[in-house]
Amino acid sequence: MNRLMERYLRLDALPTLFCAGCGNGIIQYAAISAIENLGIRKDTALVSGIGCSSWIPCYLNMDVMHTTHGRALAFAQGLKLARPGKKVIVFTGDGDCLAIGGNHLLHACKRNIDITVILVNNHIYGMTGGQKSPATPENAVTKTSPFGAYDEPMQGAEIAMSLGATYVARWTAAHPVQLQKSIEAGIKHKGFSLIEVISQCPTQSGKSVYGNKDPAFIINYLKQNSFIYKEGMEEPSGRIKCGILLHDNDKPEYIERMENKTEQYRKRL
Amino acid sequence: MEPQLAEPSPKGSRKVILQGNEACAKAAIYAGCRFFAGYPITPSTEIIEFLSSEMISVGGTFIQMEDEIASACAIVGARWGGKKAMTATSGPGFTLMQETIGYAAVTETPVVIVNVQRGGPSTGQPTMSSQQDIYQVKYGSHGDYEIIAMTPSSVQEMYDFTIRAFELSEKFRTPVILLADEVVGHMREKVTIYEGEKAIRGGHRNYVVSPQEDFYTGGNCLVEGQLHDEEGMRIGHLPSKSGEFIRSICGKIQNHIDEIQDVQSYFMEDADIAILAYGSVSRSALNAVKQAKGIKLSADEKEGKLRFLKKLVRKKSAEENPYSHLNVGLIKVNTVWPFPEKQIRRLAAKCRYVFVPEMNNGKYCREIERCLKECKVISLPKIGGEMHSPAELLESIAKEVKEDE
Ligand SMILES: Cc1ncc(C[n+]2csc(CCOP(=O)(O)OP(=O)(O)O)c2C)c(N)n1
Ligand code: SF4
Ligand SMILES: [Mg+2]
Repeated sequence: MNRLMERYLRLDALPTLFCAGCGNGIIQYAAISAIENLGIRKDTALVSGIGCSSWIPCYLNMDVMHTTHGRALAFAQGLKLARPGKKVIVFTGDGDCLAIGGNHLLHACKRNIDITVILVNNHIYGMTGGQKSPATPENAVTKTSPFGAYDEPMQGAEIAMSLGATYVARWTAAHPVQLQKSIEAGIKHKGFSLIEVISQCPTQSGKSVYGNKDPAFIINYLKQNSFIYKEGMEEPSGRIKCGILLHDNDKPEYIERMENKTEQYRKRL
Repeated sequence: MEPQLAEPSPKGSRKVILQGNEACAKAAIYAGCRFFAGYPITPSTEIIEFLSSEMISVGGTFIQMEDEIASACAIVGARWGGKKAMTATSGPGFTLMQETIGYAAVTETPVVIVNVQRGGPSTGQPTMSSQQDIYQVKYGSHGDYEIIAMTPSSVQEMYDFTIRAFELSEKFRTPVILLADEVVGHMREKVTIYEGEKAIRGGHRNYVVSPQEDFYTGGNCLVEGQLHDEEGMRIGHLPSKSGEFIRSICGKIQNHIDEIQDVQSYFMEDADIAILAYGSVSRSALNAVKQAKGIKLSADEKEGKLRFLKKLVRKKSAEENPYSHLNVGLIKVNTVWPFPEKQIRRLAAKCRYVFVPEMNNGKYCREIERCLKECKVISLPKIGGEMHSPAELLESIAKEVKEDE
């Protein structure tokens, strides 16, 4: 096993629940590397909801809160507000974050509270066995869209930007290094950061979305069908937009705003 | 057992007139609560309003969340951040919190949740009182767990029981519900409140199934909603370990019921009729008992907010006491859950009748029926939003007893 992984994993919790070739392992490694590079392991807590992707932090030897479906951001905000000087990273899935947790995402973005979200978008409900998620592409046949999906799919990163998040990036599981760098940047950023990762769920979205359950095929597909966005560029259509999509350092962070507003009313601290 | 009320703090106490909801908020501050998250809802709103400034002035954190689900989740998160935390709500909001209450129970997170009951179901009766959530408070979240719930009947008890709720939740590392109602939430009374902050010790390890540290203290905790072992590691797929876990989190409360329970009795020494009441209804019940005994009501009681009382007092002075033949006492249950079965059995041992007035369709009486097999348990339900008057109670009791004779 990789030395870094060895230092971070709860070895007695292994093996993980993840299927062979699942993108969750890549994301887990990118997150560990980011935390290690920033030297913030002891000052960081990890919070997740429910779904395969929400199991990513549960194997790490850190302070971890594995909460209820869709609510990770609500728990995380309570924790962050209680300990403003510490770091909170949230792991969530496309279902967890965009469906059941949508209201909390809306308000967390709007507040611009200093939390980093890693949104693992595998376009499907992996954990419950391959049902349609808000991010499932049109026409995909899933367990609950037997005639092909007809909802317009939601774009996590763009939604976060429109709601007021101040650092937003998107990468795929085929961009592990860039992903790690963005996680680092997101953690360092003072404000709400969301990093969407287009990830593979060979077991479920393999069939429903890619028509191929081979993880190597999906990774290749992601590599070939994505582009890295640069400001002002002409965007190729039909390909996954990757890169740092927004980095706004001007909007004040929520707890700062709260503290500024209430400072004179605090009698003792 | 005597009720375990808050001891006066060394910094002293003073008497003030407060509204019930306000008293609850003040008690939370005194108990060391430094995090409040909530969402406005009648008839609990004064708590969130009061704490929006009070929490700030004591250096705590206040946030109005996007809904009650988020509020309940936020207080759990804050508690793992090391802050004592509370939320307050009513009917519909309490329903939304149920999933998180189960999460707090299974993760052994000490938090206090106030439910100022109003009439339901659904939007129901936003401004009227009820005791309809007496079962929801115990069984509202899915799965097997135990809950501690306290039912205040006065502004003083709103204050004292809130403090007690924090003590119990920290001691047993479990969510505690203050199950108030609109009557006690909104009435104003003279109460004794304390200065300073009560030191409430947390993390009594011997009661806890999975001892975990607060976050950011190097504990590498795994707070896990799946059934888990002492380390937080999931065991949900292992039948025998899972059974053991459920027995442990239920057992830590059931097996310490003597420490938790708070049941008061009035005039029960040689009573053969008991009124068993909880929450605001126990006020009427106590007045009814005093009426039957011909005991003069105190000035407070006469001038109290309860309209019917005046009517009753007037009526009584004009006629003979028609209820003097009723040898009646009161059993007042302050901790409705865990169900103080032994204590109730002991107090009602000599009773022929136990009357259970409740502002619902007759719910808690089923528990009483189950535990008191030797006497006649009679449910006195009242729905619609008004409390039973003492006169009503006495009439019902006299009628029942007469029919039997
Ligand atoms: C309140 C609630 N509703 C439904 C579920 C069942 N459930 C568990 S995981 C999940 C979907 C997870 O999808 P996603 O967030 O995309 O995570 P993935 O497994 O794909 O990583 C659902 C619906 C639940 N646990 N709780
Ligand atoms: S079902 Fe999909 S998302 Fe879940 S572990 Fe398997 S491959 Fe990963
Ligand atoms: Mg998914």
